[in-house]
Amino acid sequence: MNTPLRRVGMAMMVMILLLLGNATWVQVINADEWRKNAYNRRVLLDEYARKRGLITVADGTVIADVKETTDRLRFLRTYNAGPAYAPVTGYLSVTYGTSGMERAENDLLNGSDDRLLARRISALITGRDPVGGNVQLTLNSKVQQTAYDQLTAKGYTGSVVAIKPDTGEILAMASTPSYDPNLLASHDVNEQAAAWKQLTSKDANDPLVNRATQALYPAGSTLKVVVAAAALADGKNKDAQYTAKGTVKLPNTQTDLPNFNGTPCGPGETVSMETALAKSCNTAFGEMAGQVGANKLRRQAEKFGFNDPDLTVPLAVETSTLGPIPDEAALWQTGIGQRDVQITPLENAVIAATIANNGKRMQPYLVSKVLGPDLKPIDETDPDEVDTAMSTANANALRDMMIQSEINTGGEGRLQNVQVASKTGTAEHGAKPLENNPHAWYIAFAPAQKPEIAIAVIVEDGGDRGLGATGGKVAAPIGRAVMNAYLAGR
Amino acid sequence: MGSPTPAGEGSPGASVATNTSPGLKAPTRRGTELVMLSFAAGLVTLALILVELNQERSLSMRILYLGLAYLGLFACAHLAVRRWAPYADPAILPCVALLNGLGLVVIHRIDLALEGTVFPDGSVWDPVAFKQVIWTAIGLLLFAATLKFLTDHRMLARFGYTFGLVGLVALLLPGVLPGFIAPTINGAKIWLRIGPLSIQPGEFAKILLMVFFAAFLVSKRDLFTTAGRRFLGMDLPRARDLGPLFAAWGVTVAVMVLQKDLGSSLLFFGIVLVLLYVATERAAWVVLGLGLFAGGAVVAWKLFTHVQQRVANWQDPIARYDVIGGGYQISQSLFGLATGGIGGAGLGAGRPEMIPEANTDFITAVIGEELGFVGFAALLLVYMIFALRGLRSAIAVRDSFGKLLGGGLAFAVCFQVFIVVGGVTKLIPMTGITAPFLSYGGSSLLANYILVALLLRISAAARAPQRAAKPKPQQPAIADQHTVMVERPK
Repeated sequence: MNTPLRRVGMAMMVMILLLLGNATWVQVINADEWRKNAYNRRVLLDEYARKRGLITVADGTVIADVKETTDRLRFLRTYNAGPAYAPVTGYLSVTYGTSGMERAENDLLNGSDDRLLARRISALITGRDPVGGNVQLTLNSKVQQTAYDQLTAKGYTGSVVAIKPDTGEILAMASTPSYDPNLLASHDVNEQAAAWKQLTSKDANDPLVNRATQALYPAGSTLKVVVAAAALADGKNKDAQYTAKGTVKLPNTQTDLPNFNGTPCGPGETVSMETALAKSCNTAFGEMAGQVGANKLRRQAEKFGFNDPDLTVPLAVETSTLGPIPDEAALWQTGIGQRDVQITPLENAVIAATIANNGKRMQPYLVSKVLGPDLKPIDETDPDEVDTAMSTANANALRDMMIQSEINTGGEGRLQNVQVASKTGTAEHGAKPLENNPHAWYIAFAPAQKPEIAIAVIVEDGGDRGLGATGGKVAAPIGRAVMNAYLAGR
Repeated sequence: MGSPTPAGEGSPGASVATNTSPGLKAPTRRGTELVMLSFAAGLVTLALILVELNQERSLSMRILYLGLAYLGLFACAHLAVRRWAPYADPAILPCVALLNGLGLVVIHRIDLALEGTVFPDGSVWDPVAFKQVIWTAIGLLLFAATLKFLTDHRMLARFGYTFGLVGLVALLLPGVLPGFIAPTINGAKIWLRIGPLSIQPGEFAKILLMVFFAAFLVSKRDLFTTAGRRFLGMDLPRARDLGPLFAAWGVTVAVMVLQKDLGSSLLFFGIVLVLLYVATERAAWVVLGLGLFAGGAVVAWKLFTHVQQRVANWQDPIARYDVIGGGYQISQSLFGLATGGIGGAGLGAGRPEMIPEANTDFITAVIGEELGFVGFAALLLVYMIFALRGLRSAIAVRDSFGKLLGGGLAFAVCFQVFIVVGGVTKLIPMTGITAPFLSYGGSSLLANYILVALLLRISAAARAPQRAAKPKPQQPAIADQHTVMVERPK
């Protein structure tokens, strides 16, 4: 009987080996599939049990903090000055997931990022709870707060982005209407649900959308700086002459392309590029775009950062595009930033910053440093020059034209003792542009000779001025206040 | 098998010394057993400390006392072995002590996690660890009593038919009794409720029937080895000798249909097959039996929804996650195992209470989650050592009944582990069966302690020096021996 008994022994060992093999599959080789399954709440609960890292602004002020609690989820995320920073921080909610920086830097904040591996191991050995790393943003608290206050003071829906031209650091990123992320981070499920319902209701006007990166608008006249840059690159200079007519017909059509109020751009037949930009003449820029051609215009736009679907700051950024340009008429319309041109406020700020930085486009970014739980820096973002959009000479020429434009622009809050280079825009939108209140744009940088801040401002639907709104009246005062907040605090 | 071998095996010199010199005794290895028992008690105490720490309870001297009490309990068992079965295998009891102790710690751990939980039906979680301690004590008493009163395992063979009848009745009783004595719990009708006690007679029937089959097969061994026709290179048994196999198959099907207990029926059928194979040394029985089982399984799958459910849950647990009686349990088990990964969450630091039946059928998943693949593999290896030591004793024992019973008992434990762990890790469909010595449940624990006592009794018989050690005459070589008349088989 011993031979069959030995075989039974072999069979038993085979059974145990099968179990071991299967356990290897489930727990080691294929473990990620089960671990990351949407139904697996263990990972989420683990993340909540771990002390999440903080989010701070450039001066070290904490904008996303954690508090220890006594309930099942051990730590509560709290947001200081929540609404002003909500578009950047996003929210962390047990039920509704994450958004903004909470999502983009989730691995680091919850401590599972590879850069924290050594610290996790040491925490394992010393028996302390592992904690997440901290994220230090490039945001300047004063500029951010000013931007948010300026937008909310008059109840505007819109966005402000400010960039440091020579590095690409994002100094401010505001979006209104905003929301209080504390409500979504609450451990009270009912409070979360009520807040979510209110924030996603129709009347709420999409507060959860970060308009700076997620909303696409027609660029309006602000795109004229891109057209001018393309024309300069094409060999023209600021004195190149274009039509001064109040209204022209789009090529091969009977459709009118009028200037603002149909006013002629100058006394003569033609005007210079400088005057056309300063007065924002549509007829001249339609013609200019027509002369440059669709390909060169598109290439210039791409050098400024258009058509970059992979851009993250590290928040995901919608792709700005010129849209299809099927014919000459479309090209002229595109030249004044209408038709199918779509741009994010962030991209428009990048354009201003690129011109300010002698034509060199810097990668925009929000995270300046990644710090370990012990506040020792473990990673730092280095400024990254991604493209040369313009030659230095052309950039300076365009800057000079934008200085003239600022002089020509109305609106309140002009900066004293600081020269500003800017361009306004009043972008028509919707099916019936003449009945919809236009979006008001303002892009600028200052001081013009040695720029330290570049901004883009958009106020949706004319702000408080209705159909009579212009970029200069509605958006420019906000932009100036934001630049002043930064320059005054140097 | 490299563990201490009993004298008389392996080295011929030792054999001579043991059998010929009355002054020298074979080593009993009881000291080794005590050392290993202390090691097991130490491990279990450490596990308990980890659980208390990770569940953030205050540590007190109480834990040390518990550990010592546990050691004391098994020291008593050790003394019983020392007195009544001094030559028993030294590795088996420590394996059991480790498994039982770890089971107690995990049951206590689930108690802590579910403390105060109110279930949908309004009942509050009832801590069970203390009950299991009582069951352990009773189990060890039963263990000692078995060793004391069963001085020779061959005594059992005399009551083979009685055991068989009692076992059959016990196995089928819950299936046929009305619901108020034999309630259906979790879909299976395998309990008998007598006053406050719930017992699973099937656990005891398993051992009774094994004794019967071993005795029956030994007494009728010649019958089964008589060849029938040859088919495909195998000697087929004669048709009338198939009776016992068909009887076992019938009982298996009855258990599956009446009690909806797939695990037990699979276990039972497997044991009978192995016993038949060992007794007859014919692979034909195995092939035939597997064929019968496969046929039965397919028919059962076609006919019974509870079988279909189990198979569907096994194929894709996630797809049936929200179905009642669906894949939730197995999914949670897999989530736990995968989240535990290689190193595990740490005892008391995972979330195994999310798995329904975490302290009974799914207790091995808890260990896999909290001790990781490493702990899980170690657990399986402890089971394997236990089963192989049992099998080793069966091989070493001199009588056929002991060989058959010992082999059957060892296989039963290993096969049961395969069924339950395979189910928990999605190697095979989940069938609902306890993990020997680990799972909460009195019947299972008591029955398994009797099983251990029987194995130790058999191993003691195998290792004890033969009392009437007659000096063997020097035997001439086989070639030089006379030919003798051999009696023809009846």
